Amino acid sequence: MLYIKMKKLKILSNDMIAKDVYEMVLKGDFNLRPGQFINIKVSDYDVPFLRRPISVADVFEDQLTIIYKVVGKGTEILSKKEVGEELDCLLNLGNGYDLNIESKNIVLVGGGVGVPPLLYLAKELKKLGKNLTIVLGFNSKEDIFLEEEFSKYGNVFITTTDGTYGTKGLVTTILDKLEFDYYMTCGPEKMLLAILKSYPTNGQLSFEERMGCGFGACMGCSCKTLTGYKRICVEGPVMKSEEVIYE
Amino acid sequence: MSNLRVKLPGLELDNPVIPASGTYGFGYEFAQFYDINILGSIMTKGTTLESRFGNPTPRIAEASSGMLNSVGLQNPGVEKVVTEEFVKLAKHFNKKVIANVSGSTIEEYVETAKIFSDSEIVGALEVNISCPNVKCGGMAFGTSPAMASEVTKAVKKVSKKPIYVKLSPNVTDIVEIAKAVEEAGADAITMINTLLGMRIDLKTGKPVLANKMGGFSGPAIKPVALRMIYQVYEAVNIPIIGMGGIMDAEDVLEFIFAGATAVAVGSANLIDPYACKKIIEELPLVMKKYNIENLEDAIGRAHNE
Repeated sequence: MLYIKMKKLKILSNDMIAKDVYEMVLKGDFNLRPGQFINIKVSDYDVPFLRRPISVADVFEDQLTIIYKVVGKGTEILSKKEVGEELDCLLNLGNGYDLNIESKNIVLVGGGVGVPPLLYLAKELKKLGKNLTIVLGFNSKEDIFLEEEFSKYGNVFITTTDGTYGTKGLVTTILDKLEFDYYMTCGPEKMLLAILKSYPTNGQLSFEERMGCGFGACMGCSCKTLTGYKRICVEGPVMKSEEVIYE
Repeated sequence: MSNLRVKLPGLELDNPVIPASGTYGFGYEFAQFYDINILGSIMTKGTTLESRFGNPTPRIAEASSGMLNSVGLQNPGVEKVVTEEFVKLAKHFNKKVIANVSGSTIEEYVETAKIFSDSEIVGALEVNISCPNVKCGGMAFGTSPAMASEVTKAVKKVSKKPIYVKLSPNVTDIVEIAKAVEEAGADAITMINTLLGMRIDLKTGKPVLANKMGGFSGPAIKPVALRMIYQVYEAVNIPIIGMGGIMDAEDVLEFIFAGATAVAVGSANLIDPYACKKIIEELPLVMKKYNIENLEDAIGRAHNE
């Protein structure tokens, strides 16, 4: 049986950290694993109707950090929330990354708003004594965030599509030049599939999908895998590279 | 003391609140949130004879005060539902369920209904002739009086349990369909299923849903549901289970006044897993507010001269 809670969490901060990207810190007791997400009701009314699923960027003592990009009305409302307000959240959703791996040299690959969950993951993997290399891909210089935070855990390589910072190109440009035993990634589906094509084994990929409920009731986010039908919100969002169907 | 009990064919409910099919899985998932025995009953996930994955994703889109889905009846097939899902459910739920039967052909409805009607936990069947998300069958059966009648007769003939027929709102005259299924032997009507809708993504220029169209649900459709229930209540003599955007106990009362004997709560469960529990707890207070002692006395109140 799953263990999901619905809680009101107090906003401790909510600040812009890159173009249209906000970092929000929430207060409460948490037992979240890297790669899990929370589902936020951004309004007390019927509009927007659905919750907004957002990955957890970090957990420190009784504080939880999310980093989100304003892409529509829901996230816009979220960006205008004031410190001290409370947010209605469903917590500890999804499976999270499996940290029980033997490989020592791990590369973390993040693209755009897929970058945040890798921060908490990096912190936990470092505690387990892993050697980390971090590859982060953004569209442009103004989109970059968390570069400094990641540098605490390993070598950071940045790529930008337009070449305004770091290496011009995609994350795979860097990835192909690195040596590693295992990879963990989160980002747009196109990026995940490009990585999977080159590295079909020894990896974990976190997928995104439009969700109805976020806790397994509506079957809105189902996908087919080599190990059966899975709901991104319950049996995912993290999948092993060996089970993902490349299409 | 408010009396929330209502009677449906084959089922006596402690209260009129039932989670709607497709928004509550097979029920046991919600047992982590609260004791699901507080519910009147449960309408289980739409089930077909064989297992189905459903439609490609995205299957969910949002709308003002509502949502669209094009899940497409993902389910493990009736055998597995009876031998696995219902067994898991029975560990948490000691009442009878209303099993939703879906299909692409009349034969499929009949075979699925036969298996369900032998299941101990099933108190009644909900015959879904209104799913907008399957290519064959589904809504096609619910938009023609002749077809609706044919499915109803065929299922009624084999079912050992009462059958409730779930109507589609995507018709010109829902009263005509309601009369046809009553005439064909339906023991009750459940209404309304979702309205066929669409959203378009301006960035891609394409529909948001991979299946292009989907079922529109949520509080935005409540006036449509109430209007149709009101019309059907005047035309048939079998009970109606009303649904369509119910979010709170006041909404429940509105449906009861329109003519529903019981109600189903759908999309609300996806936003708030405690929705049904909250509604059940609030209902006696709302009844008191409107001086209603016995809920059954309030059924169809909007029709009083």
